[in-house]
Amino acid sequence: MRPEGEAPDFWTPLRTATRSRIGLGRAGDALPTAQVLALRSAHAVARDAVHLPWGADAIERGLRDLGLEVLRVASQAPDRATYLRRPDLGRRPADLSAVPEAGGAGPDVGIVLADGLSAKAHDDHAVPMVAALLDRFRRAELRVAPVVLAEQARVGIGDHIGERLGVRTLIVLVGERPGLSVADSLGAYLTHEPRAGRRDSERNCVSNIHPPDGLGYDRAADVLLGLVRGARELGASGVALKDRSPAGGEIGP
Amino acid sequence: MSRYRQQIAGRTYAFDHLVDVLAKASPRRSGDELAGCAAETDAERAAAQWVLADVPLVDLLENPVVAYESDEVTRLIVDSHDAAAFAPVAHLTVGGLRDHLLETAATSGSSAALAALSPGLTPEMVAAVSKVMRNADLISVARARTVRSAFRSTIGEPGRLATRLQPNHPTDDPRGVAAATLDGLLLGCGDAVIGINPATDSARAAGDLLHLLDEVRTRYDIPTQSCVLAHVTTTIELMEAGAPVDLVFQSIAGTEAANRGFGVDLAVLAEAHAAVGELDRGTVGTNAMYFETGQGSCLSADAHLGVDGRPVDQQTLECRAYAVARAFDPLLVNTVVGFIGPEYLYDGKQIIRAGLEDHACGTLLGLPMGVDVCYTNHAEADADDMDTLLTLLAAGGVGFVITVPGADDVMLGYQSLSFHDVLAVRHTLGLRPAPEFEAWLERVGLLAGDGRIASVDAGSSALRQLAAR
Repeated sequence: MRPEGEAPDFWTPLRTATRSRIGLGRAGDALPTAQVLALRSAHAVARDAVHLPWGADAIERGLRDLGLEVLRVASQAPDRATYLRRPDLGRRPADLSAVPEAGGAGPDVGIVLADGLSAKAHDDHAVPMVAALLDRFRRAELRVAPVVLAEQARVGIGDHIGERLGVRTLIVLVGERPGLSVADSLGAYLTHEPRAGRRDSERNCVSNIHPPDGLGYDRAADVLLGLVRGARELGASGVALKDRSPAGGEIGP
Repeated sequence: MSRYRQQIAGRTYAFDHLVDVLAKASPRRSGDELAGCAAETDAERAAAQWVLADVPLVDLLENPVVAYESDEVTRLIVDSHDAAAFAPVAHLTVGGLRDHLLETAATSGSSAALAALSPGLTPEMVAAVSKVMRNADLISVARARTVRSAFRSTIGEPGRLATRLQPNHPTDDPRGVAAATLDGLLLGCGDAVIGINPATDSARAAGDLLHLLDEVRTRYDIPTQSCVLAHVTTTIELMEAGAPVDLVFQSIAGTEAANRGFGVDLAVLAEAHAAVGELDRGTVGTNAMYFETGQGSCLSADAHLGVDGRPVDQQTLECRAYAVARAFDPLLVNTVVGFIGPEYLYDGKQIIRAGLEDHACGTLLGLPMGVDVCYTNHAEADADDMDTLLTLLAAGGVGFVITVPGADDVMLGYQSLSFHDVLAVRHTLGLRPAPEFEAWLERVGLLAGDGRIASVDAGSSALRQLAAR
């Protein structure tokens, strides 16, 4: 049974204007079988993106192939169920001993991959997104810290990691909460001088990175490089930087 | 020495303060665990419920959970309390109030009796009594109390279930919004409001959407109201500019600090209420405010602490938001129950319980309550849980629910109810649309002879031009 095997009808041209599930038909008062199963499948894919572990080993290999040093950190959330219930634990590292402490000024830029709410986002996009960033940072002669893979982790964990690495600017790539139509969207959060206690208003966000439908790697990396430069110049990230940046701090759908 | 003590199975449980008793008596939910105020064991929760059942209602009146001096919501609650309405229950404890409400609900004339009581009840009393009620009690009490409100349609009549048609679009594309609106109308939805969450909060974008909805409504002479759910200050600006504003929307919460986080206070809500009243665009009623609430909003704004810095449980804070709503004679109030995520309501069981609590507590306080029966993809919930909650709420006489095409809100990224879900529950429980809207459905050929929504071909329906633009 296929969800979209129907002949063109009144709704077909309207579907070009919205992804909404319009004109689904009826089985009595209920949805037709194919539509019920289509919705259930989309929900299943989204749930799997939330609950299945990410392919951290494959991502680490991909990053090493780019010539990057890779470190691993876990948050204080011991498992997925706790992680979902306790966002505060996902923002704090369990142990940072794997991360070298910078004596004096550290590298210019740090990159943390936090699994967030979508493993699939990282499995699909983490390595090529980091590659696009690395390409721009190298050309801009910015020194890049070892990349840190943080598990059961939210954006805030980057503040602790970035502070220890001593980086000037930190980019956290995080798996965004899956929707029914997109389960593999990556978000990038930029924080100037990361340290514990930074507020969300002190970050800039580039969301919806999931080519081919969402934002592409090159465009996202260009915007992020612009934000890195802007933050270094301004000495701050967040609302103040967003107001100055022609690219905007946020690129939505 | 703790003031409140209770033995369960040989062990004594002690509670320092009424705020702790309320929190620990609350049925289990992740948000209270996150806030650190939940009972640590089931036995402690049961002990707290015994203690709470013995608390005199006057203690709740005299000991606000958030200080009077520092919180304008508390001042609103205390200053607007109607002692005469409270008098018949002033001698009761929380447990006594539960019995009184259920006895009243079981008699004829229950709605008038409960309506007379509403101004005498405070949010804290209603929250407290709900904590010693089972789900069935919440349904019985909510069903016993009719709350009517009206603008161009009437919400809350017994035997009716209205809907908000929510045609959201990620970029506010007018064709996309119109297509979703047509889909909903053809499935008999939109009688409570056609309401869009705008993708941005710009006044211009909101104004464009208002004109679009107003044009659709006037073109087909639909007896409903439209709303663009922009920030209240944006809507005030739009009213000043002469935009066709039917309803003023705002998200609200149960503490002054949380409302400040939303960028509002009672003064700005009063300003908007006065301005929309002057527009006087309703035909069958004058209720013109629309509020959304939801358990957990205070905690997520870090504005959940009460007296002595004690965390207040999220259900008590939710009830305090209803005190804000009832000060402005709203047409619609709904809790967006499963939207906030698993850190506040973890699974289907918690979402269902919270939805029933919110409906019953808002109704007891005299509000025209609806519910956004919904869940996110990271909660342990699914469409079956939503079926259960919708059916229970409809049995309890809920005024309206939120509906989106195919249950999938492509802008906000969560699942609410589908138009179909409402057709099904209306038929199962013998419920009908709002009366004015039902008459319109008949005029445009969308009502079948048996009162159900006719299955019509969109391309030959009277509304087919709606999406042509």
